[in-house]
Amino acid sequence: MKHGLNNLFRHRVVIQSLVTRELKARYRGSVGGYLWSFLNPLLLLLVYTIVFTTVFTPPRAQGADTDPYPLFMFCGLLPWAWFAASLTDASNSLIAGGNLIKKLIFPAEILPVVSVLANGVHYLLGLPIYLCFWIVYKPDGIGVHLLWLPLVILTQLILSLGLGLGLAALAVHFRDIRDILANTLTLWFFLTPIIYSRQFIRNMAEAEGASWVPKVVSQALDLNPMTHIMNGYHLSIFEGTLINWKRLPVTLGVAFLILMAGYWFFDRLRDSFPEEV
Amino acid sequence: MAGSVVRVENVDKRYRKVAHAHRFLTLKSAILGGDLFKTLSPGEVFTALDGVSLDIARGETLGVIGSNGAGKSTLLKIIAGVAKPTTGKVTVNGRISALIELAAGFHPEISGRENVFINGIILGLSRAQVTERFDEIVSFAELKDFIDAPVKTYSSGMYMRLGFSVAIHIDPEVLLIDEVLAVGDEAFVHKCLDKIAEFKRRGKTILLVSHSLDSVRQLCDRVVWMKDGSIEQAGDPPKIIDAYLQWVARKEERELAAGDNRRGKTTESQSAYPELGGEDGLDTDLSNAVDGNDDGKPGGAEHAEEIAAAVPYEPGRWGSQQVFIDQVRMLDSQGGQHYVFTCGDPMTIELTLKAKDPVDEFVVGIGIFNADGVCCYGTNTDIESFVAAKLHGTASVRMEIPALNLIEGAYYLDLAVHRLDGYPYDYQRGLTRFRTISPIGDTGVARLPHHWSFEGGIEWKKTGESEDQ
Repeated sequence: MKHGLNNLFRHRVVIQSLVTRELKARYRGSVGGYLWSFLNPLLLLLVYTIVFTTVFTPPRAQGADTDPYPLFMFCGLLPWAWFAASLTDASNSLIAGGNLIKKLIFPAEILPVVSVLANGVHYLLGLPIYLCFWIVYKPDGIGVHLLWLPLVILTQLILSLGLGLGLAALAVHFRDIRDILANTLTLWFFLTPIIYSRQFIRNMAEAEGASWVPKVVSQALDLNPMTHIMNGYHLSIFEGTLINWKRLPVTLGVAFLILMAGYWFFDRLRDSFPEEV
Repeated sequence: MAGSVVRVENVDKRYRKVAHAHRFLTLKSAILGGDLFKTLSPGEVFTALDGVSLDIARGETLGVIGSNGAGKSTLLKIIAGVAKPTTGKVTVNGRISALIELAAGFHPEISGRENVFINGIILGLSRAQVTERFDEIVSFAELKDFIDAPVKTYSSGMYMRLGFSVAIHIDPEVLLIDEVLAVGDEAFVHKCLDKIAEFKRRGKTILLVSHSLDSVRQLCDRVVWMKDGSIEQAGDPPKIIDAYLQWVARKEERELAAGDNRRGKTTESQSAYPELGGEDGLDTDLSNAVDGNDDGKPGGAEHAEEIAAAVPYEPGRWGSQQVFIDQVRMLDSQGGQHYVFTCGDPMTIELTLKAKDPVDEFVVGIGIFNADGVCCYGTNTDIESFVAAKLHGTASVRMEIPALNLIEGAYYLDLAVHRLDGYPYDYQRGLTRFRTISPIGDTGVARLPHHWSFEGGIEWKKTGESEDQ
């Protein structure tokens, strides 16, 4: 693990070049170029705002903790897009970059790491747009608690790296992973408090005469590391309060364990990559 | 060896062969049984390298030759560190640059300039080093005008040139080259060879895998001949290359022999000539090959000769078979059979003829054709004023050529026994092949015996003196 981190550090210039290449290649040939990094989330925000405020209004049992709703939802949607795209790209990265690991002396773990980082840069490019909207909506809403954001982002980064490495290694041997992953991510999206708040489910579970379903869902949510990461985003940006002192550090620890497991798994299968991709 | 840069010790490499249909089963059982690594370990395997040991000294240029599938590229990949040996050990001292797949890291959407930087960095240079060498890389690749265009617009030649140029400007200690000299036009290949020669002069270690025996002969200090995953022979280039060529010739010979057997069977299966079978007591390969297969077929084909006369009885061979060419051998001066001859060496073409019935009117002819179908030389016993008297039983005919002055290439023999009026007993077109190799590289059809003489104001450097000294 330590060796692996050293190896990544030694290849930081390569990683940086590949991330840049990834971003350049994505916009090469389009008129809008980098503008799309801003425009995409903006247009998405517009669509979601219309859908969820005029066409389809979600129940507001949780009271005011999701108000204004578009901003609440987008607070979680942007990092989720990063998370989902990271895992999708990472699981495909070894197969797509097959030439590099088959034909060159090249540490394979760089490829999934680049996938996660390139999508991370996208998130960071979309974040200022989101914050601009915040200022328009609620000028006094942005607080000093935004300073906690890097910790939340770090937790998500580590979790994504761990899962990305594991999935990348597995997808080399079992191409089915990509399809399984796409569906799993959809389910995972709804099992993470993004379009609803954590409190909303908790309220449902604790309500008089609640069935077992909300209770199970509520417990499942607590086991989902993305719940706590989303909560971190909601607290530091949307609510402007302290992040949860217990839950986020524990999640960070769990993310670390997942990263170690993912790296270990990746390392075990490493030698088989050049033959299989 | 103390000064060895690359050391390969008893390396095996096995690839596993797994049908894709088993994949899903594997995943399921792997997850259920919890033995993912065990199920992913080799089951049915293909051995690509089998106990290979090799030392490459500093500054040595080593050539690796061998037929397809002999394990040359696998060996290179293992030395490059791209593939791991299944067992055994590989030690490399110094930066290695592998020209295995040029332009492997190129991204089609971005410009040549950006790709040069990224590829250079992937291959181990710093950004500053790439900047420093950038102009040289571009001018070597002859892509000055296109360097800012996305590489997807490049032709395959441009793509390869840029890849080669980046890889060769990494300035490695050890250069691994796998059959990349086939890129680009003649001029670019020369430039590459010059660059490789420059590496050699600067005392770098080079490992060259190539099917171009000329380049190997020209560049290498030592040659390793790989066969079926292990080293068959290693040593001086001319010796090893010759041994390899002889092996190739023997292999071709075996294939030709196999072809002869097949021919025998074809003849019998068509069965228009039952008299050629066992009853006439002909002790030939043709009848041996099908012995026991023709018992149920009575003879009684009195008119078989007439039927057969104009009918080709196998591709490239026709005639009445009254007299037939039983065996064709090409011999060197010691009487050894070969399929590859060096230009200028003696060669004897030996035909063994068998006459079913004695004949008193016959001509034996031999023609040599090159790969383009041009008749390089043709003659027969009639042209050369032999008057036929009698041919019966078994006879052998030898045409001795004291110096086979044909230029390098592949040749086919037309062999015939026929009547004076051209009615064929047995005519074989192009069934016998041989090759000539020539160290000289002259062109045309034949090397005419000649010598040069000079007078007056014309001077030549002494042999062995190279141009830059």
